[in-house]
Amino acid sequence: MRGGALRAFVVKELQHIVRDRQTLTVLLLMPLVQVLLFGNALRNDVRDIRIAVVDPSPSAVTQRLRDAFVATRRFHIVADARAMDQVEPLFRRGEADVALVIDPAFTEQLGRGEPARVLLVTDASDPNTGSTMEAYALAVLGDYERTLRGGSAPGIAVQTRMRFNPTLESVNLFIPGLIALVLTLVSALMTAISLSREKERGTLEILLVSPLRPWQIIVGKVVPYIALGLANAATTLAVAWVVFHVPFRGSAALLLAESLLYTLASLALGVLIAANASSQRAAMLGALVVTMLPNTLLSGMIFPIASMPAPLRLVTNVVPARWFIVIARGIMLKGVGLEHLWVETLVLVGMTALLLVAAVRRFHARIA
Amino acid sequence: MRTIRFLLRKEYRQIFRDRVMVAQIFMVPIIQMLVLANAATFSVRSVQLWVVDDDRSSVSRAIVDRLTASGRFVLAGSSASMAEADDALLDRRAGLILHLPARLERELVRTRRGEIQMIFNAEDGAAAGIASAYAQRIVAGYGAELAAELRPAVGAIGAASDAPRAAGGSLDLRLRGWYNPELDYRDFMVPGILVVLVTIVGSMLTAVNIAREKELGTLDQLNVTPVTKTQFIAGKLIPLWSIGLVELGVGLAFAHAVFGVPVRGSLWLVFGAAAMYLVVALGIGLLVSAMVDTQQQAMFVIYFILIVYLLMSGLFTPVRSMPVWAQWVSAFTPVQHFVTVMRSVLLKGGGVGDVWRELLVLAGYGVVVFWVAVRQYRKRVA
Amino acid sequence: MSEPAIVAEGLTRRFGDFVAVDALTFEVARGEVFGFLGANGAGKTTAIRMLTGLLAPSAGHATVAGHDVGRDPEGVRRRIGYMSQRFSLYEDLTVRENVELYGGIYGLSDAEIRDRGGALLESLGLTPWARTLVGAIPLGRKQKLAFSVALIHRPAIVFLDEPTGGVDPITRRQFWEMIYETAARGTTVFVTTHYMDEAEYCDRISIMVDGRMAALGTPAELKRAHGVASVDDVFVRLARAG
Repeated sequence: MRGGALRAFVVKELQHIVRDRQTLTVLLLMPLVQVLLFGNALRNDVRDIRIAVVDPSPSAVTQRLRDAFVATRRFHIVADARAMDQVEPLFRRGEADVALVIDPAFTEQLGRGEPARVLLVTDASDPNTGSTMEAYALAVLGDYERTLRGGSAPGIAVQTRMRFNPTLESVNLFIPGLIALVLTLVSALMTAISLSREKERGTLEILLVSPLRPWQIIVGKVVPYIALGLANAATTLAVAWVVFHVPFRGSAALLLAESLLYTLASLALGVLIAANASSQRAAMLGALVVTMLPNTLLSGMIFPIASMPAPLRLVTNVVPARWFIVIARGIMLKGVGLEHLWVETLVLVGMTALLLVAAVRRFHARIA
Repeated sequence: MRTIRFLLRKEYRQIFRDRVMVAQIFMVPIIQMLVLANAATFSVRSVQLWVVDDDRSSVSRAIVDRLTASGRFVLAGSSASMAEADDALLDRRAGLILHLPARLERELVRTRRGEIQMIFNAEDGAAAGIASAYAQRIVAGYGAELAAELRPAVGAIGAASDAPRAAGGSLDLRLRGWYNPELDYRDFMVPGILVVLVTIVGSMLTAVNIAREKELGTLDQLNVTPVTKTQFIAGKLIPLWSIGLVELGVGLAFAHAVFGVPVRGSLWLVFGAAAMYLVVALGIGLLVSAMVDTQQQAMFVIYFILIVYLLMSGLFTPVRSMPVWAQWVSAFTPVQHFVTVMRSVLLKGGGVGDVWRELLVLAGYGVVVFWVAVRQYRKRVA
Repeated sequence: MSEPAIVAEGLTRRFGDFVAVDALTFEVARGEVFGFLGANGAGKTTAIRMLTGLLAPSAGHATVAGHDVGRDPEGVRRRIGYMSQRFSLYEDLTVRENVELYGGIYGLSDAEIRDRGGALLESLGLTPWARTLVGAIPLGRKQKLAFSVALIHRPAIVFLDEPTGGVDPITRRQFWEMIYETAARGTTVFVTTHYMDEAEYCDRISIMVDGRMAALGTPAELKRAHGVASVDDVFVRLARAG
């Protein structure tokens, strides 16, 4: 068995990939569209808060309170309601986010030197946006209180610094995860489907009776996907860098090496799935359930692992992407090297080794 | 009608004969609920707090106590040097460094103002932002208390002119968070997850199902029979449409029973909207199936469309935080309107009067998508 | 026997610049077994797809069982049966369920489905297999079942696209006996095949080469015209010339 046959096999596999235009287009387009979407559309920041004011007895004093909100530009008043029961429909229709309910006796209370009553209602159906909106409103009310008192209030000022991502760009967070996703998609999903298709059509048997050794068939299958995956990941990085100026602080060589390691793990997973699946459909579903789902949901790519309940947090430990994402974020955003990432790298190496052994064994047992 | 009856019987038989399929239909909503509802959360639970206390006063200790007592922050460690703290931040042992400078307490007593420093690991910008809001609120609350305690002592100096106004110039502020006072992220996410479920069942199953008949050659066989386009499409879509509604029921019942997710509005409205939305989702699946030759392609194309749709739908991030162009794109995704309806009805108890616009859009969408899909689908190649 | 079962006049199909079927003109009489031969890629499948109304002709026209394939494909479909190259029954339905499905699709009443279905399974010896998934019965039986199902609505014409591919010689023989019985009942049989011995069984055969009909006649006529001993030789000669 010389290198020539293996090369011919790799070429055949590449031709398969290039010929299937629809799949190739989706594969090449997907990372680009995803970067653009994640970078542009997925924001949590709250910029424009619609406020409804309930002010049953308007006066110069309450007018100043309203002005205080409008002056921030973050708030704009969308409705003036006479009573609380007019606020509820606004919230239900999603036309207002916050309601400022001023007590009918507000002006008198202030005049008498009593604390003046104000109720702040927030649409908390989205807890995060709700808390953020409430915090902004509290800041406005705090300033207003201060002007009432005339002079600076006592207190503790908090000076905050956001390390690694000062503008809190969510795209910076998503890109490393996206790279993991792209690598998984190409290496695990595509490998699983393409291997199971050959199995279904019986062409795998032709390969098996050829002088090619089983490991060579696997290598021939996966080499083109490794190339495709890395190329895809590179495009993702380039777009992220050019369009969104996502930082790249660490070593590119290290990231490449870690990506290769991760790709190997995914490929092994793909071969495992294909070896176990009875049909293309089963392989597809298997790959979706075993790779794509955990990689998007349980890897910390989008949703922070720290927020999950303990049992799920434990489960995330067996998801290779979880470790890869920590590594990629470390390299890209923090600019750290192996001295801070050796634990994660070791875990990934262990997983890869385990998966590779399992894949080769399973392939021998089930297919060869 | 008779023909449709035979086609329906065939379709139901095929679906329910496939064990894997049946398992999926009933297990997927439950698993999805269990995993997604718990995993898909942006709520910030516990941030690892690292303290560098150069003051070592009652005030500095009180600040740390207040933060940890809130349950949002867990003391992960402390050090005398900032360098050590920074190391902890780099290898993720800490999410927040709280630096309490020397002479904090003395400054506070003397000038009524003190300054502390918080350094967040902002890799996850959104989470860091939220954590920072929590921390600031806690510290500000403590500051206000402290000010009240300090006032008599400090007030004595400038009391003459200031005292009456200072006493009266305060607000009695009450806060209320409607619909989700506990700030439970699951209440917010579950209606969205149900939308994902219905969308996947609708589009993915339809596209893959028809692509499979194409691949196997049975579609050609049907095409040479007198089965009309309408009969064929009805025979394919009615089963998947009904399964979609069943999925929604299973998912909703599970979420309600296990997570206590509220159902404040009318269930009729929920299922009515879902019935309309499913027509859109099925139509998309039908359109895709007309474009592809194999199941693999169908999967990929649908997957791609779903990613775009779901990300743009406001499911995970508020639509109103998107740039204007993205808001426009979002307005054109049917998913967004269905998400709005579900959240309004389930969480806020919205009625038809509150969501009629969304329903109208969904209906319009259904008609258009379906019309195009039916036109696209041909028994015969021109 | 007035009107022929199939009339094609100048039937043509182009895909871009490529002419797959070029001005096909022929007639098939009622009750005839018509063999449709040609090398792979000669345009046989394209022609069948046009005659069954799956593909619109680019030029020319054809009438099948009195209905124009271009203007009234639905009329054509009610009168024909079709069994394609790929196995086209549902493998995940049982034998009986497949029979019921196609009976229902062709508008048979429940009683008709029961009677004809029962007789059909009986004659194929498939009664004990009625509740078995089609995917689980042997290929030869499956092909015979597919043929019978294609005839369940008693069509005027049945199109068979390589019906005996991959089937053992004994089953092939039985299959051809079924074809003869069908033709004897007055049903026209339009069949494509790669087996030249099968071509000899046909009343008339046509041979397609590069989208054109290079020969048309009874097997005996063609052998005589080309001065060879078998249809096989006729075929090789024409295919090589083309």
